Amino acid sequence: MNMEGILALTGWGGLRWVGPVELFERGPVWLRDWAVGWLPEGAKVWAEGLIPAVAVLAVFGLLFGLATVAERKLLGRIQNRPGPNRVGPYGWLQFAADGVKMLTKEDVVPRSADRVLHFLAPIVMLAPVALSLAVIPYGRDLVAADPRCGLLFFFAVGSAAEVAAFMAGWSSRNKYSLLGAMRAIAQMISYELPLVLSALTVVMMAGSLSLVEIVEAQSGYWWGVIPRWHVMTPWGLAGLLLFMAAAAAASNRAPFDLPEGESEIIGGFMTEYSGFKYAIFFMGEYFGMFAVSGLAVTLFLGGWQAPLAVLEAAPSYGWFFLKLGVMIAWFIWVRGTLPRLRVDHLLNFGWKYLLPLGALNLLVAMVWRGLGGWAFPGAGAVRWLACLAMIGLPAILWGRLLMRSRGWGPRVYRYAS
Amino acid sequence: MQDLLFYVFAAVALIAGFLAVANPFSRNPLASALFLAVALVAVSGLFVLLHAFFLGAVQILIYAGAVMVLFLFVIMLLDLREEQKRRARKVAAGLASALALALAALISAAALAGGGPADPPALEGGARALGRALFTDFLLPFEIVAVLLVAAMVGVVWLSRKEAA
Amino acid sequence: MITAHHYLAVAAMLFGIGLAGALTRRNSILVLMSIELMLNAANLNLVAFGRQAGWEQGSQAALWVMCAIAIAAAESGVGLALILAIYRHRRSAHLDESPPLKG
Repeated sequence: MNMEGILALTGWGGLRWVGPVELFERGPVWLRDWAVGWLPEGAKVWAEGLIPAVAVLAVFGLLFGLATVAERKLLGRIQNRPGPNRVGPYGWLQFAADGVKMLTKEDVVPRSADRVLHFLAPIVMLAPVALSLAVIPYGRDLVAADPRCGLLFFFAVGSAAEVAAFMAGWSSRNKYSLLGAMRAIAQMISYELPLVLSALTVVMMAGSLSLVEIVEAQSGYWWGVIPRWHVMTPWGLAGLLLFMAAAAAASNRAPFDLPEGESEIIGGFMTEYSGFKYAIFFMGEYFGMFAVSGLAVTLFLGGWQAPLAVLEAAPSYGWFFLKLGVMIAWFIWVRGTLPRLRVDHLLNFGWKYLLPLGALNLLVAMVWRGLGGWAFPGAGAVRWLACLAMIGLPAILWGRLLMRSRGWGPRVYRYAS
Repeated sequence: MQDLLFYVFAAVALIAGFLAVANPFSRNPLASALFLAVALVAVSGLFVLLHAFFLGAVQILIYAGAVMVLFLFVIMLLDLREEQKRRARKVAAGLASALALALAALISAAALAGGGPADPPALEGGARALGRALFTDFLLPFEIVAVLLVAAMVGVVWLSRKEAA
Repeated sequence: MITAHHYLAVAAMLFGIGLAGALTRRNSILVLMSIELMLNAANLNLVAFGRQAGWEQGSQAALWVMCAIAIAAAESGVGLALILAIYRHRRSAHLDESPPLKG
């Protein structure tokens, strides 16, 4: 390793030797400061905003490519087929070939379409999602922007996707596009509520809307072993499950991918899109998945915190992206496992199941905090189990009740004999 | 830079607002709704420039996210194609807009002539202070708004039933 | 230097635009939109005054703005539902042709 170069990078604090732990942990921040240091005074303000933005876009752009290949390979594995394996080592460069294909395709615009809206819709879809990536803390001191109400900002920019879906669906002058847009908007609006409600539980317990502070609230360990992540509490566990279910619907992922259900309404609001515009929609969808996964990691899984004290030597952003990878794998697995829902089932699930349970979870979090004062031996375990029962039993019973009133029995499979 | 941003947001808000209520290029209500969304986002930018970050986020969340989508849905449900062709009554329209613009000019001239204190103190507090105030001093308005929202929701559900009346 | 008075001027112009729209347009949806614009201008005024007065009064201004936003949301919801209901009867969203309000 070229130590002189590393020393030059650290420039600001004078020359000193740094161990590999500190080098990897602080490396990105030093790199930014070093790059900014070269610029004239007037440009520094702009560069300090631009460099993180470019870094986030570059990292997630690459992650987008890799995730598409990973999704196809994993789905292939689930469906007993190899998946893409021709381009590059084990097919991992497939995304480059796909990108070239998308770029060189003809851009078809229907004759009766509203050209301006048709052109703007993919941009309105992608830009806010990219904005929402700015407030997620990727590592210690590694966040593009930390506004005081980062979480609110996240949800606020996320709501532009509804307008984008509408613009795409309406401007195409295609009934399938319009139907897809209607479905997409209805779905996004109804699933935003449980999403916000389960995030609200975390805000209440962490006492802050800033994502950086929410991650810091999860630092430390119980008995030096179990990390104090929110997912380690009953309300956090339930919150994560509710959040992920709502997130899958809000980012139009299977099994909630009705807006573009290709076997029913061709491609939903993306029917009339081709070539690069389609690629941008695709990218917006993946970025949306990354954003909600990153938010789930930040809110419930401790953000960039390491799971064990001894593992804190690894760089913090490494932990974040590892957890993000787990979340993405979860999304892909769910897509490979569950069939698509019917539209009324989807809305019933959101309004009648997720929303009441989200409200109940808020109550459970309050009880959890109220029971924090217990001090008899075994109080921790009793508190944990009591809170788990408070959210778990209603979840099971309410689910059964809803199933029974719809007249669904347990599913019986008959295999060919 | 803040000054520059103020002019940008103000210009976008005013131009988009104008295009929302009187679009010379198309009389399609849908275009108006989208321009209104742009104007509302620009107003939220002005809120942020006034250091009201929370309100800026709330503005986008509620207006761009919920209210505008409602407008778009209703416009889509009412097939307003034939509505576009009608012509406005020229004299009345001109008179009304002249009156409104004269009012705007009067107020803004008065406001600009006043010339306020140079640098207002930076706002601190944010969500925590707002939340505390909302549940102590502002509990009654908060509850009233909650009741109003429930009433509005019930009313809307009743009105939009298919077999209503 | 931008002072609160600049914001007041912008708000006044925005209000003027909204007022002109509400008076001249006959499509009821556009009238509702103009009203939203006027409400926003009023909110901008409140926030600008709040900034001028410092945070103590400023947070009061912010709370009134939040109430106004909630009321505006309720208002547009009810208004649009009314427009839909009227449209079902009259096949028109025009204010001039709305039903005479009796029995």
